[in-house]
Amino acid sequence: MAASGGAPRLSVVDEHESEASAGKDDMEIGRVTPILFTLAFRNLFQDRVRLIVTLVGIVFSVVLFTVELGLFFGFQRTVTIMIDHASADLWIAPAETKSFEATALLDGRERFRALAVPGVAEVTPVLIGFTYWRKPDGKSSTPVFLIGSQLGDGGLQPWNLIEGSVSDLTRPQAVAIDRSYFDRLGVSELGDSAEIGDQKARVAAVTKGIRSFTTTPYVFTSLDRARSYINAPPSSATYFTVRVAPGANVEDVRRQLANALPNLEIITSDQFRQRSRSYWLFGTGAGAALFGSAILGIIVGTVIVAQTLYSSTKDHLSEFATLRAMGSSRPFLYKVIVWQALMTAVIGFAIAASIGLIVARVSTDTALPIILPPVLIAGLFALTVGMSIASAFSAMLVVTRVDPVTVLAR
Amino acid sequence: MSEPLIEGKDIVKYLGTGPGQVQALRSVTLSVSGGELVLLMGPSGSGKTTLLSVLGCMLTPNSGTVRIRGQSTQGLRPEQLTDLRRQHIGFIFQTYHLFPTLTAVENVRLALEMGGERPWNAQARAVTALETVSLGHKINSFPRQLSSGEQQRVAIARAIVGKPAAILADEPTAALDSANGHAIMSVLANVAKDSAHAVLVVTHDPRVIPFADRILHMEDGRLVEKEQSATILRLHERS
Ligand SMILES: Nc1ncnc2c1ncn2[C@@H]1O[C@H](COP(=O)(O)OP(=O)(O)OP(=O)(O)O)[C@@H](O)[C@H]1O
Ligand SMILES: [Mg+2]
Repeated sequence: MAASGGAPRLSVVDEHESEASAGKDDMEIGRVTPILFTLAFRNLFQDRVRLIVTLVGIVFSVVLFTVELGLFFGFQRTVTIMIDHASADLWIAPAETKSFEATALLDGRERFRALAVPGVAEVTPVLIGFTYWRKPDGKSSTPVFLIGSQLGDGGLQPWNLIEGSVSDLTRPQAVAIDRSYFDRLGVSELGDSAEIGDQKARVAAVTKGIRSFTTTPYVFTSLDRARSYINAPPSSATYFTVRVAPGANVEDVRRQLANALPNLEIITSDQFRQRSRSYWLFGTGAGAALFGSAILGIIVGTVIVAQTLYSSTKDHLSEFATLRAMGSSRPFLYKVIVWQALMTAVIGFAIAASIGLIVARVSTDTALPIILPPVLIAGLFALTVGMSIASAFSAMLVVTRVDPVTVLAR
Repeated sequence: MSEPLIEGKDIVKYLGTGPGQVQALRSVTLSVSGGELVLLMGPSGSGKTTLLSVLGCMLTPNSGTVRIRGQSTQGLRPEQLTDLRRQHIGFIFQTYHLFPTLTAVENVRLALEMGGERPWNAQARAVTALETVSLGHKINSFPRQLSSGEQQRVAIARAIVGKPAAILADEPTAALDSANGHAIMSVLANVAKDSAHAVLVVTHDPRVIPFADRILHMEDGRLVEKEQSATILRLHERS
């Protein structure tokens, strides 16, 4: 920012620099830099303690904001992870399904009615449900989130397998779990056995990175075994995923399915994602909390920067009065302050963004990764700059009122 | 002598409000021409600083007119007066008012760059101005590294670098010992040799009298005739 603003001048000043560089104790900055910039820079760095306070304020608020927003993005992504990985154009869901984690059941007859709708190519049942996993030691148990899917094509099968394969789940008692949940589930390797709802479960496949934001481990298994684990009736399902025939219009099919199955929800994957997100982020207040603390961070940061800029300006008031006496226009005085604000913003942002990226890196393998897309980083920079300039207003107000006559009075 | 660069006619100025209001200037008329160094003397509270502020376009008179290079300041808006100040007036203060975080040359550049001068031009002109006040060797010193006399010389360089019509100095030697005060007055007298500048110096300091082309006496908001000033002037001119 500073560099781009000064760049065209710098190149010309460099010529001067080389011809004047005979003087040994040159102040580099003074030589090549417009005086406005020098003055703002020196005012800023003159009082290190205040600069540090300012930077702490900016870094605190920007990091807080970054992390909250990164969590928000991460949350958005993890909330829809299952919907993303199901190969479905449409979902047939129980009435009033608010999120993927709903647990009402469909009885199974829907499937045949759906298959009778023109344009429907495949209707695949998926059964989900919360249940308990009794660890191999037989003593303790922990809740798990069961996902039963028809194996083979379609449905909702485990992905990112690092051990075993989807076909291994066809074997008796076979389940797939994520490597990161081994400790929680009390298993140590492929082939270990535990119990789900008094029935045996054996780890036949292991995934990597399929983590739930609810922190309840996912357990993948076949459809029939899932039904028996949670005592669901033989043909029941939580959802039917629908694939439309090639060339069929998804929206047309959706409307016809809605007519054929009037008491159920027929929604596209996008609609389902949207619904899950708004349920978890806004229905639960999690989003409000994230946004609330993000906004709070910005307010706190702005107040701190405004306060330090204001007090710095107060300290330099006689200099501003001198500038006025010398005939400096108000915009020039404002520029000194705005440059100070911008420099603070750039330094603060650089520190904050580095911390944010480190935090994001560290969080990659957790249940709730912080995701910082480049557009968010750019937005944060704009926000930091905006915040600093907003902070400059109180200081500007002070210099607006400064009276040059006071210089002669002393 | 050349034409008047700064003129005040029938200037009246009230200061303060309500019962505390003072008539600091009671119809003051004066003019200072290019190439002239005029001293403004008088007792404390007689209105010298007020007159300087009015002539320097920092205060607007209640009545009367100020002309700079023949142009009246009447009816100008505050920001226009500011521009006038930057273009035509150079101030020198008793306590220098240098920017402590800027070097000598940067302090001088500031006066030019706030008017839009390009940094490298400002640099060259600032160095020249500092050479004029014999500080060519200390351009990169910070004010705290300079003696009081040197600091005031930087302030003079800053005041003259924009080639203003009028240089207005309020007690420029009051904070200096006599050697430094003498040096400062020589610099100002040198500046006043150039017919492009009119120099008006407020002072209490009788040691500076020899540098004056003319002395104005102020008492209770009025300029008063003093026999003595003409005598001194004649003495000075003979020397
Ligand atoms: N802001 C003000 N409000 C009211 N009266 C003021 C104000 N400023 C100055 N005065 C009064 O105006 C008169 C002229 O003041 P001024 O500062 O011009 O005097 P001066 O000749 O410069 O004095 P000194 O030699 O002490 O600097 C004084 O009586 C002073 O008390
Ligand atoms: Mg005074």
